[in-house]
Amino acid sequence: MLKFENDRSKYPEKNADGTNIIDLESGKFLKIWQGPIHPGMTGNMSLELIIQGDEIMECKTHVGYLHRGFEKLMERRRFIQCFPICVRIAVPEPDFNEYCLAATIEELAGIEVPDAAEWMRTLLLEMARLQSYLAWIGGQAGAFGMGIIGQWTIWARDLVLDRFEEISGGRIYHMHMPPGGVRSLLPYGFEGRMKDTLDKVSQIMVDVERVMFNNSVFKKRSVGLGYIDPLWVEEYGITGPNARGAGIPKDVRKDYPYLKYGELDFEVSLGTDSDAFTRADVRRRDILTTIDLIRQIVERVPKNGEFMAEVPNVLHWKIPKGETYIRSECTRGEYGYYTVTDGSGYPRRINVRGPSYTHAIALMERMAINLNISDTAGVMSSLHTYPPEVER
Amino acid sequence: MKELIERLGTKFPVNETVFQRDNLTFITTDKIHAIELITHLRDYEGFSHLVIITAVDWIEEGLFQLTYLLNNPKLKVDMGVRVMIDRKEATMTSSHHLWAAVATYQRELYEMFGIFFPGSPRIKEPFILEGWDGPPPYRRDFDTKKYAEDTYFPRPGRETHDPAEHMKEKMYPEGS
Repeated sequence: MLKFENDRSKYPEKNADGTNIIDLESGKFLKIWQGPIHPGMTGNMSLELIIQGDEIMECKTHVGYLHRGFEKLMERRRFIQCFPICVRIAVPEPDFNEYCLAATIEELAGIEVPDAAEWMRTLLLEMARLQSYLAWIGGQAGAFGMGIIGQWTIWARDLVLDRFEEISGGRIYHMHMPPGGVRSLLPYGFEGRMKDTLDKVSQIMVDVERVMFNNSVFKKRSVGLGYIDPLWVEEYGITGPNARGAGIPKDVRKDYPYLKYGELDFEVSLGTDSDAFTRADVRRRDILTTIDLIRQIVERVPKNGEFMAEVPNVLHWKIPKGETYIRSECTRGEYGYYTVTDGSGYPRRINVRGPSYTHAIALMERMAINLNISDTAGVMSSLHTYPPEVER
Repeated sequence: MKELIERLGTKFPVNETVFQRDNLTFITTDKIHAIELITHLRDYEGFSHLVIITAVDWIEEGLFQLTYLLNNPKLKVDMGVRVMIDRKEATMTSSHHLWAAVATYQRELYEMFGIFFPGSPRIKEPFILEGWDGPPPYRRDFDTKKYAEDTYFPRPGRETHDPAEHMKEKMYPEGS
């Protein structure tokens, strides 16, 4: 009969200051690197893991493989030149960067955005949320060995990208929200095509629920995995679905209604169990909310009217000295821009607050301890992190 | 917010207040009282969510501005606590004991701006720039273009060929 003689809580032994005594020469421990190129990693980052058997004892997150110095680059660019740079910070959802940058500039320069532009921005942000979530489901399912889900949802995401292409001409980077408003209103016949797309995405979501969320392998592996204590939410600065999965209703759209969210009817999806399954379910319900929101918004976007406020010549645009912070709710949580101006034609400092900054570093390092090595990818995906937000 | 600022003013030195929006205020305090003020805001005024810690380089005045942006989830208001520190002696009291996420911000500030936080966990471990031995790159006096030109160009040993001539040589070595 199999007997566990040793008390696992005693391993590894501790120093007086609480740190682990890890001697790699002893043969009891092994150091392995997961990433930066690894199918279970969410982007270019790596985990330096100390394992004993298949259990993780220590974890250190390493980022920097994608550092391009966006914040520094923007300090040397005119405000309008920052625009094509900022979208590259979060590849799967560049629109939140566009909105936050434009909104900080508008607030500091005292520009009021027309009503139609606000509706368009709300629509674009919700479409960005939908396509980003659809890409995420594939990653989460793939981490637990279900490749087919990703194939379905990437197809559905492409349909949403088609609609983006219709509006802005771009599929991934849209650059449709310059400071002052938007570049255009909806093209002719967009409503009908959007409705078709949403119907198809809804059908895919029904299939995903049946195949993924009722799958015994997915349930067995994700229920109870990657628990986030509600007390950690403030300690680690957790926002978005990771906090909502723990039962804490943090949603910038509800808490600080920006653009037209105050006029829309929606509920924030919440979970109670705070494990990987709950977070996945919160995101699935978020997708359904987003589909409903897009239907509401498309009905209310003005068909004509002013969509761009008058802005000065952008090549000679000087903004008075000041500083501000604008936040929005992206798929992963609070996305914010802290912009400081000094009265010149260039920003003095732009700091990007990506939700992954706290989720991928401090939180992941804590959550990885005592995790089974095969579950690391599942936990990473359930935190939904993007390294470029950390490195900027 | 005005009442809160008045209340804070009785306990801590609050030098400059900017009411940016209804729900966003910036205050400036001095280096000695800053962490005490932030602890007070967290423990007694409900500013429990740390949004960001970042620095702004005011090279002309020889100062770094550290901004601690705090959020009160119940009242739905934000407060930015600004601390001006000397650029030449860029050291600030660590606040890693207040939030678990702070150590990461401080590691980044040390690496990017050279602002040192004594006692902060793993402060000297490389964060984003592993293997970097240059000056802190986010300081205003760090010239990215000059650094790139000095470090990366011209690449020794790089040969260029005129495509037409090169192909002619390869295909017809005899010159026929």
